[in-house]
Amino acid sequence: MTMSDGELAIAEARFLQIAPIPPQPPPMAMTGAIGWVRTNLLSTPFNIALTIFVGLLLLWIIPDALRFLIFDAAWTGHDREACIYTAEHPDVGACWPFVWDRLSYFVYGSYPIPERWRVNIFFVMLAIGITWMLWLNAPRRDLGAAYFFIVLPICSFILLHGGLGLLYTVDTSLWGGVLVTIVVSSVGIVVSLPLGIVLALGRRSHMPTVKTLSVIFIEFVRGVPLITVLFMASVMLPLFVPDAYSPDKLVRALVGIALFASAYMAEVVRAGLAAIPKGQFEGAMAVGLGYRTMMQLIVLPQALKITIPNIVNTYIGLFKDTTLVFIVGLFDLVKTIEVARIDPQWAAPTTSSTGYAFAAMFYFVFCYGMSRYARATEARLSKAEKR
Amino acid sequence: MTVESTAPQQPARVAFYNDPKIRSMGYQAALCLIVALLIYGAVNNAIDNLQRAHIASGFGFWDQTAGFDISQTLISYSASVSTYGRAFWVGLLNTLLVAGLGIIFATIIGFTVGICRLSTNWLLSRAATGYVELIRNIPLLLQLLFWYNAVLKALPDIRDSHKFLGGYLNNRGLFLPKPIEQPGFGWVELALLIGIIGSVVFYVWARKRQMATGQQAPVTWVTLGLVIGLPLIVSALAGFPLQFEFPVLGRFNLNGGLGVQPEFAALLLGISLYTAAFIAEVVRAGILAVSRGQTEAAYSLGMRPRPTLRLIIVPQAMRVIIPPLTSQYLNLTKNSSLAVAIGYPDLVQVFTGTVLNQTGQAVEVVAITMAVYLSISLLTSLAMNVYNSRIALVER
Repeated sequence: MTMSDGELAIAEARFLQIAPIPPQPPPMAMTGAIGWVRTNLLSTPFNIALTIFVGLLLLWIIPDALRFLIFDAAWTGHDREACIYTAEHPDVGACWPFVWDRLSYFVYGSYPIPERWRVNIFFVMLAIGITWMLWLNAPRRDLGAAYFFIVLPICSFILLHGGLGLLYTVDTSLWGGVLVTIVVSSVGIVVSLPLGIVLALGRRSHMPTVKTLSVIFIEFVRGVPLITVLFMASVMLPLFVPDAYSPDKLVRALVGIALFASAYMAEVVRAGLAAIPKGQFEGAMAVGLGYRTMMQLIVLPQALKITIPNIVNTYIGLFKDTTLVFIVGLFDLVKTIEVARIDPQWAAPTTSSTGYAFAAMFYFVFCYGMSRYARATEARLSKAEKR
Repeated sequence: MTVESTAPQQPARVAFYNDPKIRSMGYQAALCLIVALLIYGAVNNAIDNLQRAHIASGFGFWDQTAGFDISQTLISYSASVSTYGRAFWVGLLNTLLVAGLGIIFATIIGFTVGICRLSTNWLLSRAATGYVELIRNIPLLLQLLFWYNAVLKALPDIRDSHKFLGGYLNNRGLFLPKPIEQPGFGWVELALLIGIIGSVVFYVWARKRQMATGQQAPVTWVTLGLVIGLPLIVSALAGFPLQFEFPVLGRFNLNGGLGVQPEFAALLLGISLYTAAFIAEVVRAGILAVSRGQTEAAYSLGMRPRPTLRLIIVPQAMRVIIPPLTSQYLNLTKNSSLAVAIGYPDLVQVFTGTVLNQTGQAVEVVAITMAVYLSISLLTSLAMNVYNSRIALVER
């Protein structure tokens, strides 16, 4: 049987397509930059209104901030002349020469100039210690902990304070600026972590006295503002010790900060302990470990590991809280700025704002860096959990 | 066939010093002894040191005349006749005022920013994130000093005040028209009271009816009408019995009106914005904690986005939000003590600052101050525990 010509043509016409038609490119309006703008900025009338509102708000703030910090700012100069209003300079922004000029005061306070190398060594040693502790894959982290919690405090004391016949003694009243901020916050962390662990274990203890005392201490300190703890340390501590051993101002503040931070650290560690499954405790007991070995080898390593992000967050809070020591008369970074900004040599309309902007940048860089670290660690640990 | 004896084994005899019970007694006794010794030593030294400094301990100073002035007082106070005790109350009320207003503002800003951070609008969520990161990573004290010294103190002086709607803004603060009640204003207050009670009653009734019949009542509109509309109508009927006293620009000062001091404004602004950043994070975490399935289930039941948010997401998110929110409120209250840095007369500035310096009664003054903050904290956490046990999910 043969097909007629007409039938053949119809059969050919029916055979329309062998391969799938390649997809058409999506409409221009849905892809690339335009599509992104449409979905993320202009999806609904309400969103359009929000975008316009926020855009105007940012246009109002950002150019002014940039003008103040960069374009209208004075960058060079030796005294207030650089930063005051003049005919050719009607808008004056930040007065950066003031910061350059006082930078060493902001960093070291009144620490004697020929001895400042000691502070620099301290900064380097501290940086090594912190890196060692925070870098989770670092070699010999046990040595790092020993360095951070034992070697570093002793060396720093000898370096910064002097004495022992090795170095010339620098009275703590001369310390100032970033040095005091770092010393106070580091002492806070070095003391609060071990003390916080002890308090947290105490709070979970089965011994009623230990538990009660821990709870009282933790809740008491957490219930009052840091400033009253500092006041207590600065006016009551000298009363509680014999006259001959009356501690100096810095030590008083350090005691206050350390106790305060310990209470908060205790709660952070307790949360970590609570997150350890009961099976870990029971497993440890089943293989015959005593309380101390169980905590040391099984529970604390796991609890502290998952607590690292929260410990870092507590440290951020502590780092910010160290600014309060200025209220009890210490010369931390904020206090040095408060002193320098009213110096007549730099009396200009924007001196104060510049000083605060500088301090804000300092704190922001440190705190933001630490919080990024905490978040990264958290993500890493949760990845390990999710396996 | 031998049957092994299953007689209970005698517990192994351990030396008495290895007995856990005796050990724990020993540890506790040692701890008590150390704490008691520390307290004894501290008290002894304190008595010694106080005697040497000729400071009489006790609370006798409470009734002595204070003799110093306080720049903002909510209750009557004068330097020449008021006592230290009165100064304490003035400070405490100032603390509560700034903390109360701060909580309101921080909540409003915090919830707004927290919700904005979750917006699908890229610009908005980025701006909110920027706000949170910037504010959270700069110490509050620095922010307060900035608002006070660099912003409010840098405003023009009285002669060149910014003027608006009968108010003045200058480096002495914000001066607003002060509302003065005229005779007949009592009726408006009464109407407001009735409106509030009425709307509560209506809410309870509507709720009951909805539970019973499923019918919804327009609670929002009725509440607005009762709380705002009713007093407005009454005041219109009474001929608007409220007048404003406008501040008058004098030669050196502004007279009359309602003055808001720069210290107060800076503190309020600082703690509100600071705490708001933390509240925003709390709110964001709370909303994210409600699983996506809840929204999807609501949509599949045919609910529209707004009722879904109101009836499904918010109630569940609040369960997560409220405990950390309370602790942020407590933080705000405690942080208001930073007033001392900019000279706002709060409890710490007045009492732990001036009174302590004048009387030298360090132990008593610090103890009272701490007791105040501690009781605020403990009362709040007590209320929180009750709330938590009420809303706790009943699990099978």
